[in-house]
Amino acid sequence: MSTEKAESKQYFLLKTAVLGLITLGLFAFLLIEQHAIIELTSKGHWLFVVPIGIAFLFSFMHGKFTANFWDLLGIKAKQSKGA
Amino acid sequence: MDHSAINFIDLDLINIAYLFVVGFIGGLVSGFIGSGGAFVLTPAMMGLGVPGIVAVASNMCHKFPKALVGSMKRARYGQVDLKLGLIVGASAEAGVLYGAHVQEHIKNTFGDAGSNLYVSVAFVIVLAIVGGYVMRDAWRTYTSGTQHEEEKAGAVARWVQSVHIPGTMVYFKCLKARISILFTIPLGFATGMLAATIAVGGFIGVPGMIYLLGAPSLMASATELVVAFVMGVGGTIKFAWSGLVDIRLAMIILGGSLFGIQLGAIGTTYVKPYMVKIVMGVIMVVVLVSRAIVIPVYLSQLNMIEPLGESTQHLLKSASFVVMVIALLIGATIILRAMVQGRREHLAEHAVMEEAIATD
Repeated sequence: MSTEKAESKQYFLLKTAVLGLITLGLFAFLLIEQHAIIELTSKGHWLFVVPIGIAFLFSFMHGKFTANFWDLLGIKAKQSKGA
Repeated sequence: MDHSAINFIDLDLINIAYLFVVGFIGGLVSGFIGSGGAFVLTPAMMGLGVPGIVAVASNMCHKFPKALVGSMKRARYGQVDLKLGLIVGASAEAGVLYGAHVQEHIKNTFGDAGSNLYVSVAFVIVLAIVGGYVMRDAWRTYTSGTQHEEEKAGAVARWVQSVHIPGTMVYFKCLKARISILFTIPLGFATGMLAATIAVGGFIGVPGMIYLLGAPSLMASATELVVAFVMGVGGTIKFAWSGLVDIRLAMIILGGSLFGIQLGAIGTTYVKPYMVKIVMGVIMVVVLVSRAIVIPVYLSQLNMIEPLGESTQHLLKSASFVVMVIALLIGATIILRAMVQGRREHLAEHAVMEEAIATD
């Protein structure tokens, strides 16, 4: 049982690390290619989908990473309480 | 629109770190009270040299993904009423469009100073009335010793829930009652108008859901995140269509705020519901002071009072920004303190229970 627990914790750690690396990669890409991206998004009109798409992508990846991050630090929600 | 005229600033490490930290604190407050973290971001970006309209657009673009993540997190704790959020959000969208139109009209008629005066006066009036009421209620709950009891709908909310208008009644799980959407429409509209004016619709949305509709504080603040998501998507499309969003700024702020919103959302599971009212009330009252400080500057620019010197104007504007940052820091401190205390109590209770089980 404890081996299973340790394995699942390791898997969770690995998953979080991968999510963190993906997020970091997204931020690096955004900053390295900032001039091209800004040029594209500042054209507006139907290209409004570009900033919206970027925002959804970041929220998905970074959102999952940040949730796991606090979890790994032991900061979790109180289990017994609903609204 | 002449896009070449838009000035997108160069980013250095200090700017990035600054926006990340402000985003984190703003996210923490938003995750806890449903909104209220964004008001400092527009002036913070403008302080870096970002044009006002780009700052507003980029703020809006970081807001909707943040609200999405926050609302999904709090939905897991059973705190979100999706139906109420979507219905209020739809009318809030209309309020945003109308509010933006009013802003534009004032700006065209009275110029930048007139527009700034309108925003500051709106801040002071709304925050004085609503913030004062929220603070008074939170204080009463605290001093009456009823903070451990379940929240009950007030007299106004009970009346709203008793009104039956055929063809308009909808059941909302957070109210455990059917109410007419003729009450939610003006609430959403006012939330949207305030969002378009001072960037924080939740200062009307959350108290409105609590006192007007009878929603529990934690559910109102969580449902506001759905409203903020709906408003944010609509607002971002509007600004992005004109090419005004600086996606770099929006994503850097989002980078910090997603750490904060997760923490703020976790914090809601450890505190008593009245803490939402305390944090919201305190922030509203301190922000009120911040905006009141700067009103003489705009009155002077409109020649409605004796002209103020350049240095006095600069001093008042700086003081206003500092007080605004203090409001956010006070809110964040109360949240973290309440969270640590709640967590400590929970762990102590848990230890006692474990001990009792072991003894049996």
